[in-house]
Amino acid sequence: MSRKLLLEKEHIAGIRGYEVYRREGGYRSVEKALKMAPADIVEEVKRSGLRGRGGAGFPTGMKWSFLAKPEGVARYLVCNADESEPGTFKDRYLMEFIPHLLIEGMIVSSFALGSNVSYIYIRGEYAWITDILENAIEEAKQNGWLGKNILGTGFDCEIYLQRGAGAYICGEETALIESLEGKRGNPRIKPPFPAVKGLWDCPTVVNNVETLAAIVPIINEGAEAYAKIGVGKSTGTKLMSACGNINKPGIYEIDMTISVEEFIYSDEYCGGIPNGKKLKACIPGGSSVPILPANLLLTTAKGDKRLMNYESLADGGFATGSMMGSGGFIVLDEDQCIVRNTMTLARFYHHESCGQCSPCREGTGWMERILKKIDNGRGEMKDIDLLWDIQRKIEGNTICPLGDAAAWPVAAAIRHFRDEFEWHVLNPDECLKRNYGLAHYADPVHVPVMA
Amino acid sequence: MADEIKTFKVTIDNITIDVPAGTTVLNAARKIGGDVAPPAMCYYSKLQGSGGKCRTCLVEIAAGSTVDPRPMPKLVASCRTTVMDGMIVKNITSEKVKDARAGVVEFLLLNHPLDCPICDQAGECHLQDLGYDHGKEGTRYEFPRRTFEKENFGPYIQLHMTRCILCYRCTYVADQLTDKRVHGILDRGEHAEISTYISRAVDNDFSGNMIDVCPVGALTDRTFRFKNRVWFTKPVDAHRDCETPGCCGKTTLWLRGEEVFRVTARKDEWGEVQSFDGKPGWICNTCRFDKKKTTDWIIEGVTKINRHSVISQGKYDNLVIPKETIKEVMNGRSPHLLMNIHDESEVNEPDIHLSKINGPAHSDNFNNHQP
Repeated sequence: MSRKLLLEKEHIAGIRGYEVYRREGGYRSVEKALKMAPADIVEEVKRSGLRGRGGAGFPTGMKWSFLAKPEGVARYLVCNADESEPGTFKDRYLMEFIPHLLIEGMIVSSFALGSNVSYIYIRGEYAWITDILENAIEEAKQNGWLGKNILGTGFDCEIYLQRGAGAYICGEETALIESLEGKRGNPRIKPPFPAVKGLWDCPTVVNNVETLAAIVPIINEGAEAYAKIGVGKSTGTKLMSACGNINKPGIYEIDMTISVEEFIYSDEYCGGIPNGKKLKACIPGGSSVPILPANLLLTTAKGDKRLMNYESLADGGFATGSMMGSGGFIVLDEDQCIVRNTMTLARFYHHESCGQCSPCREGTGWMERILKKIDNGRGEMKDIDLLWDIQRKIEGNTICPLGDAAAWPVAAAIRHFRDEFEWHVLNPDECLKRNYGLAHYADPVHVPVMA
Repeated sequence: MADEIKTFKVTIDNITIDVPAGTTVLNAARKIGGDVAPPAMCYYSKLQGSGGKCRTCLVEIAAGSTVDPRPMPKLVASCRTTVMDGMIVKNITSEKVKDARAGVVEFLLLNHPLDCPICDQAGECHLQDLGYDHGKEGTRYEFPRRTFEKENFGPYIQLHMTRCILCYRCTYVADQLTDKRVHGILDRGEHAEISTYISRAVDNDFSGNMIDVCPVGALTDRTFRFKNRVWFTKPVDAHRDCETPGCCGKTTLWLRGEEVFRVTARKDEWGEVQSFDGKPGWICNTCRFDKKKTTDWIIEGVTKINRHSVISQGKYDNLVIPKETIKEVMNGRSPHLLMNIHDESEVNEPDIHLSKINGPAHSDNFNNHQP
């Protein structure tokens, strides 16, 4: 049983409320942190090796140290709770059941960054969590953790909650800032980066819910103790939201030393695949990251056991690896159709593209239409190459990462499952009646087909 | 003491130029001119915040600066990237750029109706030029194109959203030039559309400038629609003493005989409104829509037109010959001459230089070869 830092107290009745949370040791990190110098907290976070949990995995301490600190200009901390990546629902769980953990982490982080007004931008669809968080903020305020002169240190801090209006794109930090300012949620063109010019043109740090929550154990236990958990540059614990064809879908806190195989098959985690089916493929880090066939998922191209951490999941680059992403772990069994799955994802990105820059606006819809055509048994061989060419022309050429996020799943599906696409084209009638099945995707030796 | 503005050395397609710090790569390239300047469909130097969206101006940064000569991993939008000292930029010399740009052109044309034969913008359309210069022939798109209903923004402007490429320029005009904004973008992604809320008329002294900034035929002048092809009209520079505050009163009249078919702001070689005394030469709706007689204006002379422009075919004086940069781009080498058409053709008179003929070549010029 691995160590839990965030969900340690999740089973305790009433942990959602302030009384129980405080009794169980909540807000200790605020007491400790407010006695420290803000720069020392940043240093502590740096040494902990914590990496952004929203998807990109950028070192949090480093991000904090980039924050510009011009004289007389306000600085802001914004919590990105616009969790909308398909397959990802870890932040929801955290906010719904242990809301004070986020508030606590935000107070410490606000102090470290010098933010007197901090915001939580929450996904509009999480309507019921808004009430839970508002309540937690109110409780924290009544007990002197928020407001003026917190713990007599002279530090003022308020946290405000803002609901989004149902756009995936507003999870992109600059689109989030635009939306928070009351504008249309279009990503900004960078530079300038939010660390220099963010909310209301002031220096801003945008962090994921889980990242901010992880600040609490880092302060409580110290950076060294936190960094000891995990392996290499994947320190601490990571929340995984597991879904798809597994026996026990849900949220798991892992310490990033376990193997992918263990995560899927052990009873402590996903509990294997239902109905005796075989594993066909997996999207390990939320819908944007490359899908991997079973053989490359469990072992890297070098033949090592693949572990559940940033480095190991990315081993082999996009040619044979994937990404940790946001931790949205989607498992597909042998009955799943990769073409259909890719089409569903393409439809999502088409629907969510903001339409600001041309490659994403036009390309995402085009990819969806071609995938639909192949899925409906009307595809042609040239469509597969065309798809490859379209994704190639979107990737890297857009303002924000949504273009990449739309391109990668299509690219990976063609890269690893080209036979399945071709089978759809060659068997237009049969593909409507049955799935391609497992084929060779779990076979030990697999040479990926490069388009 | 005034702050000294630093100058940076930047090399674009093998041509080095000194520009003030803070200049964008695109503007540095425009200073060099010719083919070295990347195309720009959404950037508009006179509109704050514009650019970065269309992705046609993507360039490769082969070296970031003298201090940090690492190349940039991705292509960057040259309109929103400022130069660094010692930066090396590749535009037309980069295969990556050419490939990506052809992709962007394809994306832009995906849902564009290609109704040029009935579009008022034809002949002065930036998308036409872009497609001609950087596009590939044929389309790989086989699905129905997106269409919208036409919409009138008041008595003067018509929106033909089907043609729009969502450059956002007109929304910046609405935001920055007019006093109350009633016009913006609705919906998102492929369905995003320029609109006034509940078709509210855009009733403002400067709304007509939206037409001038539109790179395609999405926003057209209702007083000019279908009246004439732009290349049949003759542009002349004119001015009047305009009393509207903020209007520069300097315009281009598009004439046929004595008839003023259309009035627009004066454009520079990049298709943007010219600046006068450092201020953008926006014009008011009175000048644009109401002053349609030559007697309303003091005519200065024929407008300078780029020789490559289709508009130049109606007039033969005052043509500007665009700067040729190809020799410099190729490090002093000239393109290899395959054949001299004069020498090969049975029709042409080799000793008659076509560019010396005052007007389009006519069979009278080649009388010797008439059967």
